Amino acid sequence: MESIEKLKEAVVNAVAGATVEIVNSTPAAQQPALLVDREHVFAVAGFLKDAPGLQLDFCSCVTGVDYLEAGHIEVVYHLYSVALKHGPVVLKVRTPRALDDCHVPSLTPVWRGCEFQEREAYDLFGVKFDGHPDLRRILMWDEFEDFPMRKDYEPPKDYEWEPTPHDATLDRARDASGIVPPSAIEEADKAKKK
Amino acid sequence: MDEGLKSELQKHGVFVIPFEELYNWGRKNSIWPLQFGLACCAIEMIASAASRYDLARFGAEVFRATPRQADLMIVAGTVTKKMASNVVRLWNQMPEPKYCIAMGACAISGGPFKDGYNVLKGIDRYVPVDVHIPGCPPRPEALIHAIMTLQRKIAGQHLEKEARPRWYDKTATTEFPMPAYGARDLEPPANREIWQPPRAYRDVTLDEVGKK
Repeated sequence: MESIEKLKEAVVNAVAGATVEIVNSTPAAQQPALLVDREHVFAVAGFLKDAPGLQLDFCSCVTGVDYLEAGHIEVVYHLYSVALKHGPVVLKVRTPRALDDCHVPSLTPVWRGCEFQEREAYDLFGVKFDGHPDLRRILMWDEFEDFPMRKDYEPPKDYEWEPTPHDATLDRARDASGIVPPSAIEEADKAKKK
Repeated sequence: MDEGLKSELQKHGVFVIPFEELYNWGRKNSIWPLQFGLACCAIEMIASAASRYDLARFGAEVFRATPRQADLMIVAGTVTKKMASNVVRLWNQMPEPKYCIAMGACAISGGPFKDGYNVLKGIDRYVPVDVHIPGCPPRPEALIHAIMTLQRKIAGQHLEKEARPRWYDKTATTEFPMPAYGARDLEPPANREIWQPPRAYRDVTLDEVGKK
């Protein structure tokens, strides 16, 4: 397979109007990715799957990454070609992390194997996949409302005491069990004496 | 009855024991566990029942695939919050007398997943547990030890009066409420009638200070 730069050129030539960028968010992995805008990612996916010489017919992994400071969630697709035995090509698409605008086009119509993994990304990150045939929660129960892999997720207050709690752990344990810290008891005693 | 006379009679083939003891002797040597596993601990449970460790030596080899025929629930593995209500349902479906072994770090406390959002921090939040086995996973010997511990517990149970077990107490509950799926967590997060949150020894509430 040709280099990522040539791949980018091919994608830009094939899909009119697509914004394609080469990003390398994990330099150590030496695995640059194609970042495509969400309006054109469906067309780009179709091109990657069908273009002769690419034939990326297998999507092995769909995952979400939450960038809290940057304010976006990235959905990452790892693509391989079984026919031509090459890969992976990493395809990324970004969406704002605000829940009312957190959606990307589903690539399940392109790669059937994305179905469950996109459901997982929806379940844990809250990314809605437009055009997904059956977008429901897959791991958490249907009544669950949070998206636990988001970085601003707050787990329920049932943190348990452990044998040697200290610092932040101790505060969390006390907070969860409604236990008043000893310093507050001392202050209450002083107030009584007065 | 005098122990010396008892053993003298035994030499002549006459066994004199209280009915209670005979009854418990029968029960403790034919524990039928419920056949279900939740995670890797189940593999050790299967190994315990197979030829090398041979749980049959302790009379507990008849794993039943239905709760209606089981005496013992071995909670072998991670109980996710999604699974918790189903485990309680199985427990409720078992006839009395019934016993529960919580096998492995996850079943007794949540184990390595204790800080997670999706794992129950110990099945004893909803089901009364008779024997806890630590370990990740516990070896088959540990499960066998738990069965033996349970056998000792059964042998020591009285059938009458104050010490009688749960199922002879008409006022005691044998139905444990199943947690419902809530918006953030299971509701309630624990059955407070059978489980209280652990506390650090140096933590005292203001109310308790007032009582002193």
